[in-house]
Order: sequence, then structure tokens, then C-alpha cells
Amino acid sequence: MSPYARPKRDRALSVVLLSSAALAASLIVLILVFVFGEARGALRAEGFTAFLTDAGWHPTDGEFGLLPMAAATLATTLGALVMAAPLGIGAGLFNALIAPRPVARFHRALVEVLAGIPSVVFGLWGLVVLVPLIGGGERSGQGLLAASVVLALMILPTIALSTEAALERVPRELLQGAAALGLGPVACARRVALPAARRGVIAGLVLATGRAIGETMAVLMVAGNVVAWPAGLREPLRTLTGNIALEMGYATQEHRSVLFVAGLVLMLAVALLVVLASLFGGAPTATSHGGGASSA
Amino acid sequence: MSTPSHLACLLLLASTAISACGGDAAAGRTETLILTGSSTVAPLATELGVRFEEQNPTIRVDVQSGGSSRGIADARSGHAQIGMASRALKASESDLAAETIARDGVGLIVHASNPLTSLDAEAVRGIYTGKITDWSELGGTPGRITVVNKAEGRATLAVFLEHFGLESRDVHADVIAGENEQAIKTIAGTTSSIGYVSIGTAEIDIEAGIEIKLLALDGVPATTAAVADGSYPMARPLNLVTFGDRTDWAQRFIDFAHDPKNADLILRESFVPISKP
Repeated sequence: MSPYARPKRDRALSVVLLSSAALAASLIVLILVFVFGEARGALRAEGFTAFLTDAGWHPTDGEFGLLPMAAATLATTLGALVMAAPLGIGAGLFNALIAPRPVARFHRALVEVLAGIPSVVFGLWGLVVLVPLIGGGERSGQGLLAASVVLALMILPTIALSTEAALERVPRELLQGAAALGLGPVACARRVALPAARRGVIAGLVLATGRAIGETMAVLMVAGNVVAWPAGLREPLRTLTGNIALEMGYATQEHRSVLFVAGLVLMLAVALLVVLASLFGGAPTATSHGGGASSA
Repeated sequence: MSTPSHLACLLLLASTAISACGGDAAAGRTETLILTGSSTVAPLATELGVRFEEQNPTIRVDVQSGGSSRGIADARSGHAQIGMASRALKASESDLAAETIARDGVGLIVHASNPLTSLDAEAVRGIYTGKITDWSELGGTPGRITVVNKAEGRATLAVFLEHFGLESRDVHADVIAGENEQAIKTIAGTTSSIGYVSIGTAEIDIEAGIEIKLLALDGVPATTAAVADGSYPMARPLNLVTFGDRTDWAQRFIDFAHDPKNADLILRESFVPISKP
């Protein structure tokens, strides 16, 4: 703290920024408290294990087995990541390290536009174009593969843009040192650039996964919406988010409370994700003080 | 930030957006009438709403779908002044008042290339409970049947289950659709599929060239005419549902729907008008 009195403007700015931060943080807490409050009714009435062990999802008959839908959310998210992560990281690498400046600028603009497309548009495209393609006309293509592809398209820009930003923050000296040692572009990317940018890349992946877990509308239109364990690429499934969207409009009392339990599960999943990411993405981006201080 | 490439993308999107813009003098519309519920009734309510707005410059009619159960829940909670339901009210809904403005049927639809023209009740039960799995068992071209069912909370599902004496958990579906149009698009894209939707909605889409066709049920063709003369077995009323005291605008809208002068809108949606002159 400076020994001099801080000018009024600086103090005012501190206050404004502190209030904004407090407001944002309190919103998260309030939402969590609200969701938990609404879910408490069902948790008390049914007990937590009912949601894990009930045979099927028949809310009007008192059966609340959430596991198949949780598995469906997991499956579609993983499927999307498997497709989008390599493509996204590759696109980021291309833009940051290989592409000439004008090409990189244009490519980045395209990716940013892709990021801005509303999810329901992806859903519509998926239903009208992708699903018949996957089904081949004979059977319905609504299912795991369609949902994963649509999700992958939505999270691809996030991964690409954050990978590119993270790579740009890698100090030039590291890359020059790698070049001086005779490393070609592939080895440099694999051994120097990506490890140095690890934190940013993982942050991008966490953001993308969070979005994939929470995506509702597009998945609802192409996933088939049958409550069942993920059985195959073309078999239908229903995600937790899709279920909430389908049933919230008319659910009363206990049913509504059960849907909030599903919402709680989703929030906890994302929280777990963030914790895992901070554990594994631990190494800070290398500073320019000549040393990859790799503390695991 | 790269200005030229961003500008190019933006101009491309803007030109497509501007061409899709319509115009609506929203100024001066101070009051709103909200209807929510059945996706079968929603297009009809929208058309009625447009003409209602033309004749009443101060009101704005807002129609949202979401299923008949949502319409009933919203009418009770007050979120909507009128709920739309494509079925008769149940005994547990005796606290609500229903005004029938049209009649409609629930028809079975298959892809246009399917050679079958009729199904009987036993066949439908067998298909939907998973006992009949291939079209060849019914005399059609061999292929695994893709069963399209409607989501819970939809009146079309309730009418279907009641007519065939099935429970929701008995049905083994391959795809669950929310809105009528989602079911229709799914069936138009899959040659081996079967589903059920509002006959009015299906007739309109068939006329528009969508590749589906309606099957006769127990020998009775699934047409609006058959619903009108009462011969089609799986018929249901299209209701506007209110809770408690009706607002002035709600009553006027319901009277407007009953007016024989507006029966042409109902006929245009391929429903059977119920007029109270």
C-alpha cells in the first residue's frame, strides 16, 4: 500500500471493481442456494439413492432413475470432446505458429463467427441435414453420434480460440531456442509450445466441456430423447438438460423438484470439472525469465 | 482485430438477416393476451391472433407452444390468460373451464414410400409395444420399424394411449418427439418410420409436399372429413382453457374463435370448426 494517500479516482475504481466482483460471485452462490432449495423437497421425499437406483424415468409414477440420462450427458460430452479437441487444438496451432498473418486473421474471423452461431441453428441443421445422413434413410439417425457431432461443432471454436491465445502468450525466446536446437515445427509444437501453453489449452477445454454439458436445445432436436443407457452410435438417448427442457414446462410440485435435482447434478458436474482442471492444469505458463518452472 | 475479414462476414450475415425481416407496427399495442400450450392448437391460435390484432389495434396476442399440459399449468398459475389443450379435460382438471373451438383427429403417419394404406388397432398396439418389429410382418417392404412417440405432457400422446388402452411405460420408442413438426420431420427423413400427429397438421404438410402419408385406422381414412362426420375413432376436441374469472380480452378472443366469420381460419388449418353464432 502506497504511503501516499490514494487519489479519489483510484479509490472509487477499487470500490466499483470490488462491488462488481462481489455481485458476480454472489450470483453464483444465490443460484446454487436456489437450486438446492428447490431440489431439497424431492431429495427429502425420495432420498438420494432413489435417483441412482430407480429402474426407469417415469415421474408420474414416482420412478426417478437419473443414471441413464447422466450417462447420456457424459457420453455426448465425451463424444464431442473426442472430435473437437484434436481439431480445435490443431486449428489453434495452425493459427498461432504456422499460418501467414493474413490467412491467420481470416481463419480466426471464421472461427469467431462459428462461435457466435446460436445453438438452435445447429439443432435445426442437425435435424434436417445430419440426422438423415447418419440414418441413411432406413432408420432414424437421431442418437449419440448426431448429438456428439452437433456439440463438437459448438465447442470447436472455444477450443481453437483459447488454444491460439495460449500459444501466443508463449514467450518468443522459447520458440527461438527450440528452433536453434534444430527442432522442426512438429517437435517444437509437441515438446515446447503446447506444454508451455498447457494451462490456457486446458482452460479452453474446461470451458468447452462445460458448454457441452449444459447445451440443451440443439441436443434435444437430434438426440432422439428416449430415456435409455447409451447403447450405440445411432441409438437414441436423452441428456439431463434435454429432460429438463422437455418436462419443466408442465411439471408440478414433486416432479419439478426432481428436475431441480437433475439441475443440481449438472452444477456439481461442472464444479467437479473445474476442480479437476485446476489440479491437472497446474503448471503455469512459462515466464520469460528463462526457465520452464514446471511444478506439477 | 482484423477489420476487413470481420466486416466481410458481418455484411454476409446482415444481408441474409435483412432479407428475412418483415415489418409490424408494434406501436400503440398496450395490452397483451398470452396463450400457451398445445403445439397442435398453436398455429391456429396464431392465425386467429393475427386477425384479432387487425381488428383490435390495442391488443397484442402472444402464442407459445410447449404441450397441452403446459397450457393447463400456465392457465392455473396465471402465466397465460388462456391455455391451449388438444384434448378433453380430465376429472382432476375440473377447476378449469374449457371452450371447444374445433375438432381434430390423431392420425398415424408413415413415410410416403411405405406401401401400406391402413392399420388396425392390434397392429398399432403390437408396433408400439415392440412385439411387431419389422414391416414384413404386416405385409410391407421388409425393414426394421422405427417407432416415433410423443413426449410426456403432450395431449396427442394422452389421446393415443387412451384410444389404444396403453400405458406410457408400455411403449418402446426409437425416437421421442416434442412438437408435431419434429415428429413429422423425423418421419419424412426415415423410410421405415411410423408415428402419430394431428390430422390437420399432417394434411397441411402433405399438401406442402412433405413426404409423409396418413394411414387409415381400422378401415376409416384419416381425413378431416371423417373427423367432421364423426366416423374417425381417434378424435379429440381443441380447447381454449381458462382458470377462474376470465379477463375481458380472453373472453373476447374466445368469442372471436367461435364466430362463424372466422371459421375459414380453422378450415385453413384443416380442423373442423365449432361455431357458436
